This record gives sequence, structure tokens and C-alpha cells, in this order.
Amino acid sequence: MSNGGSTSQHNGAGENYLTAGYGLKSWLLTTDHKRIAILYLITISIFFALGGLFAVLIRLELLTPAGDLFSSDTYNKLFTMHGLVMIFFFLIPSIPAVVLLGGVDTGWTFYAPYSEAYSNTAVGLTAIGVFITGFSSILTGLNFIVTIHKMRAPGLTWFRLPLFVWAHYATSLIMLLGTPVVAISILLVFLERVFGIGIFDPALGGDPVLFQHLFWFYSHPAVYIMILPSMGVISEIITCFSRKRIFGYSFIAFSSLAIAILGFLVWGHHMFVSSQSIYAGMVFSILTMMVAIPSAVKVFNWTATMYKGTIIYQTPMLYVFGFLGLFTVGGLTGLFLGTLGLDVHVHDTYFVVAHFHYIMVGGAIMGYLGGLHYWWPKITGRMYSEAWAKLSAVIIFIGFNLTFFPQFLVGYLGMPRRYHVYPPEFQIYHVLSTAGASVLAVGYLFPLVYLLWSLAYGEKAGPNPWQAKGLEWTIPSPPPTYNFDVTPVVTEEAYDYESMPREAQFVIEP
Amino acid sequence: MLKDIPFLPQAASAMAGRVDLLYLFLIAVSVFFFVLVATLVFIFAIRYRKREGGADPTPIHGSLGLELLWTIIPFCLSMVMFGWGAVLYFNMFSPPEDAQNIYVVGKQWMWKIQHPEGNREIDELHVPLGASVRLIMTSEDVIHSFYVPAFRMKMDVVPGRYTSTWFKATKIGKYHLFCAEYCGTKHSEMVGSVYVMDPVEYEDWLNRSTTATKSMAEVGGELFTQLGCQTCHFEQSGGRGPSLHNLYDTPVRLMSGETVKADDGYLRQAILDPAGQVVEGYLPIMPTYKTQVDEEDVLKLIAYIKSLALPQKMSAHPAEENQ
Repeated sequence: MSNGGSTSQHNGAGENYLTAGYGLKSWLLTTDHKRIAILYLITISIFFALGGLFAVLIRLELLTPAGDLFSSDTYNKLFTMHGLVMIFFFLIPSIPAVVLLGGVDTGWTFYAPYSEAYSNTAVGLTAIGVFITGFSSILTGLNFIVTIHKMRAPGLTWFRLPLFVWAHYATSLIMLLGTPVVAISILLVFLERVFGIGIFDPALGGDPVLFQHLFWFYSHPAVYIMILPSMGVISEIITCFSRKRIFGYSFIAFSSLAIAILGFLVWGHHMFVSSQSIYAGMVFSILTMMVAIPSAVKVFNWTATMYKGTIIYQTPMLYVFGFLGLFTVGGLTGLFLGTLGLDVHVHDTYFVVAHFHYIMVGGAIMGYLGGLHYWWPKITGRMYSEAWAKLSAVIIFIGFNLTFFPQFLVGYLGMPRRYHVYPPEFQIYHVLSTAGASVLAVGYLFPLVYLLWSLAYGEKAGPNPWQAKGLEWTIPSPPPTYNFDVTPVVTEEAYDYESMPREAQFVIEP
Repeated sequence: MLKDIPFLPQAASAMAGRVDLLYLFLIAVSVFFFVLVATLVFIFAIRYRKREGGADPTPIHGSLGLELLWTIIPFCLSMVMFGWGAVLYFNMFSPPEDAQNIYVVGKQWMWKIQHPEGNREIDELHVPLGASVRLIMTSEDVIHSFYVPAFRMKMDVVPGRYTSTWFKATKIGKYHLFCAEYCGTKHSEMVGSVYVMDPVEYEDWLNRSTTATKSMAEVGGELFTQLGCQTCHFEQSGGRGPSLHNLYDTPVRLMSGETVKADDGYLRQAILDPAGQVVEGYLPIMPTYKTQVDEEDVLKLIAYIKSLALPQKMSAHPAEENQ
């Protein structure tokens, strides 16, 4: 990694954060947020590859209706590990690897009493892993909130903040308020398993539905932890490549907060057939409809941002197009699941699987890849191959839709999720899905190659290859350890692209 | 008309067509919004692409009118979805008065079904065409979920309580029964078939399949005697336990002062955890029968206790959904 920014490339800037030290210790014990971010990036990329490998194995098994590739136990572990790794180690990124020691087969939801009394896999270790992860989430959230409140540059008022920061602020609120609940739930599971106190297990007088309440009270808001940062990325990119300020700044900012708050009130929509009261179901359904509104507002505002702009088809923008399409499908199908009478039929079928992959993969990962391509020159000081990057973006978009769209259809036909073997009439949809997954895998491998290639051979990026607004683009790429020589003073709104001189609008031609 | 659309599953219950109609409504709304967004993105991307002689970007801060428009219209549409869905949902869990009960016990990895007439089946459910059938379900181990796609019907089967749902089959045939809640190794093999039969054939099937010659209540009565329940629960009051005659579905005052209804869930708890809800005026001396009866036995005992109620009480009031 560290030869990515040899010192000679900056106009007298000297050292940058990548060259500030080469030893292992200088990385692992660093307090530089940029170095920590690099460690995050490497770690979550490895976990993403691992989670992806599990997905490939799952898709291969599902090519035929019979369970001919793996045993049921192995298959059950595969989908559990796929979910756990992707959610807790990629989408809500964090470090510990305890989950990889034993293998778990509970589904990522760990529903009691199965997870407690009937599963003899490493549920305990996994619980400890999630518990530790929880603390890192809480501290991360706290760190972001305090930083945003106290460490803004002079002149950077709340309504001059990049929307990426607003999105992180909302995310951090969820992490801070939601994570303790999951920690408490895990503690209760521990008490029940070790001391036999009846909390969730009906054999001990406990209530298994209570576990679902606690689980989803955290895990539904956690979905927004995964998607909100990507929404922030979209706001950054779409303005830069439309050369235009964002449409409806305050509506996008406040819709993030609205999502964070309403997101805490909708957990019961995972439990419409769990035997909770049908009137509770109605309350959760109506609140679920409400949480869809701020997401819709964002999509409309992003679309309107392009109106009368100057649209440039650079790779990050292609990911924005992909995001808008896929997130819209994901959001709209969320309404199907929030609609009570319809959810009874599609709950726990492939319809749900397709829906949340459109949000998580189509939304969150499109945002992640868009952001990675947008800030790559800033992080490494190098440009990647635009042609290869565009090609991959297109392959990913096609592969994604081929993988997950058939799952909506087979879900409504009644194919339940977490099925190792299935009736033969569903096979055609699984074959399509597996074919799509192969395309998607190729699309994901390309960036790995051309991004690593760019570290050594990429063109030097200069401080601001996109002529982007925002403080990070005013300093060299890669930035020096202490970022700014002089504390910057902000005097303008976010995304004030229209005031830039026309000839400076875009340096690198696509 | 709906059944000709290839992406809809078989529709074999009174609810199925109504769910499909709602589904098509949501698809229509979704297609409209997706096409709207996609078209706008497409048009803007072409029309305003960077090119020689293109206009400078125009600064636009936003528009309150537009924001209101695209807040209010989606809100109203989502409320239509909510209301429509809630009505169906309410119907799905409100069985008609004349529904006949069938009892389901889930366990890893099979469905055990008992008909009040005494017939028992495993991984198969035979039901008559056109009759309302209410399922009363529980699990012996973990959470399962009883899912019949052709009926658009699903309900979790939860250990420690009774859950219930109902359907009215409208088409003769054989349909998939799936477990929809992940329940361990052979989750995907916890499947079976629902057979919808002509009512005459169904009667014939009930008589023909001789898994039991006695009704559930009769078997429950024998079990009642075997377990010695009658040594405390007399026909008249005066025993060490309260009389169980005419008890089903009536209010019971507890030692704690609260009043509960003697429904299936209450009776189940009274057998398995008697100390939990002791009837006023009696001592908490009944031991638990947890180790002597399984969930299927409990259902038989309850069927017997129901049969001790006045005839008009017997099937008139379905038990409240158990919380």
C-alpha cells in the first residue's frame, strides 16, 4: 500500500499520511483517522470477499432443487455466515473475527429458543463477538457525534456541512442509541444459558417473541446504519458530476434525521405473523409507511439536482445512476412488505431476500463503490483506469439485477428463504439467480485488480482531479498527516459549483 | 383473469385473490414511480450532458412546492396501501363463528395434525372445499411457521403458546405446505401437502382413514381418567380443584384477583404450569403435568374439557388469540 504516495509527487508538500511511517506498529497503533480508515478499508474488503465467497457457494448449491453439493448443516452455516459477515463485518464494519472460529447455523437473527437450546454450534462465541463489536459501534457513534458538534472548521455552520456529514450524524445517533439494546439482549441470552433464568425459552417460562422484539429493536435501525452513509456519498457525487448544488439541501439533511428517528419505531414490521397483537401490527405498518417518505424525498431531490446541471459520466456518477435505480426498486418493494395483508404471504420468502439485497447491495454497496472511486485519488494520490472502472460498473449493475430480480418472482410464488432443498418448479429462477451471481462476481473482481494496479501505475491525481468542492479537495493527494497546514475557514455553502469558473469546471476528460 | 398471469402462484383460498389484487395495485404504483424516476434521470443525463456549447449549470436551491408535492402524494398512496393491507390482515386473523378447528403441532421436522373427529396425519392436511377451517397451533420445540402459498396464509407456530389462523379453501387440489421460520438442519424438509377435497369425499376420508376410531374429546376423556384428574376435578364443585364442567370460554376469577377467560391458552397453562394462574378459593396444590403429557395430549385434554361445556358453548366462540 505504502508506495502509493511517493513523496515526490506533491508540490513541496513533503510527507503524506501514507509515508509517515512504514512499520507495522506505525499502522496498528496509529491515531491518524486516515490511517485508521485505510485499516478499515482493507479489513472490510477482506470480509466482503469472504462473505461473497459464501454467497457463491450458496448460489451453486441452489442451482438444483436437491441438496447435492453440501449437507443441510453446512448449507445452514453458509447462509448464516454470509449474513453475519456481510452485516456485522462489512455493512456495519468492525474488526473482531470471533465468528470465524466455530461456525454458526442459526440464521443471522438467532431466534430463540432455537439459538439457545437446539443449536450446538458456536452461538456463544458469536454472541461474544457481536458484543465486542457492539462496543466499537457505540464508541464510533459517540466519536462522530462529538466530532461533528465540536470540531467543525470555523465558518462551517450546520447548514454548510456536506450532506455526507449529516448522514453520518444520523447514523451515529442510531449506533449510539440502538447498540446498547443488542448488548443487553445478548447479556440476557447469556443469563438464560448460564444460570437457567427463564427469559426467552418457554421451557423455562420465558417468551421467545420477546427476543424478536429486542432483536429487531436494534436490527431494524441497523439497516439504516448500513444505508445512510451511502446516501451521504450519493449527495457528494451527484453534485460534483452535475456541477451543481444539491436540490433541497435541508430536506435531504432532515430526511436523514427523520429516517434515524422513525427507524426506531418500526421494528414490529418484522413480526406481522409472529403472534404479536394484530393491532400492534397495524401501528407498525402505518409507521413503516411513514419511514418510506423521507427516503422518497431524497430520491426526488437527487433526481432534481441533475436538472439543468452539466452531467459528466465519470465512474462515480455511473454508480449514482445505479444506486438511484436499485434503491428505488428496493424502497418500493419495502412498501410491499410493510403492507400487512401482503406481508403475511411474502414474509420469510425470497421476496424479502430480494428486497433487502436491493437495499443493501443495490443501495449500500453501490454507494460504497461510488465513494471508493470518488475518493480513491484522494486516498492514494493515483487515478484508476476509467475505461475498466466504467466497464465494471456496468457489469455489476447487470449482474446484480440478474441475480436478485428473479428472487422477487420466486418469492411471490412461495419459495421460502433459508431452504437447502426446494420444489423443482422454482429451479428456473434459481438458475437465473446463480447466473447473475457469476456475472456479479466478475464485476467485483475487476475493481480489485485495476485499483491495486493504479497504486503502482496509475496517473498521479493531483489535489483535485474532479474539480470537486469540499475541504478535502483543497489539500494534496494523499493528504499530509495533519491534513491542513492552516485551519481552513469556510465562507460558502456546500456544493457551490456554479460559482466555479467555466474553464476550471473539469480537468480530466472522460 | 388473475390466474392467467404467470407470475402469480395458484390461488386456492378465498383470501388468495384479494391478496393478489393488492399485490397488483402495489406493482402498478411501483412501476409508475420507478418509470418516473428512471425517465427523469435518463432525460436529465442526456439533455444536460457536458458538451460543447452546453448551457452553464443553473443554481437552483430547491422548491418548497415540489418538496410538499413529493411528500404528500407518496404519503397519501402509502396510506391507501396501509388501509387496504390492514383490512385484509384483520380478516386473515378473524375466523368466522362457524369455523371448524384443526390442531397443528410442529416439531423438528414434521407437522402433526389432529382433526376433532380423531383423525391424525403427519405432513399432510386434508380439508373440505368451501368450509372455514381454523388452525390452532403450537410447537414442541422451536419456532416454526405454517405457510401455504396457495392460500396466501402464514402464521408462526410458537412453543409455549397457541397461535391461530384460518382459511377457506376454494379449489380442489394438492398444495405445498412449507415451514417458513428457520428451525434447524432439516428446515427445508419440514414440508408437506394440503389436500383440498370435495366435502363428500372429505367425509369419506374422515371415515375411511382409521388412524383413530374415537374423537379427540373421547381420547382426551380417557387420558383425563388415566392421569387421575377426576380425583380432584369433580363434575360438581366440592373437589380439591374446580369443576371443569361448563368451564370452557367462561370468565375465571384468579387468586391474584384478576379475571381471565378459560380459553385454549389458559387451559394449556393450567395443565402445564398450574401454579401460575390458581383459581380463587382453591389451594395451589396441583402439580405440573409437563412431564406426563406432550402438546398433542394437551390438545386432547382441552378437547375433552370443551366437550364438558354446554352444547351451545362448544364451538360458538373461538378462543381469543393468545398473547
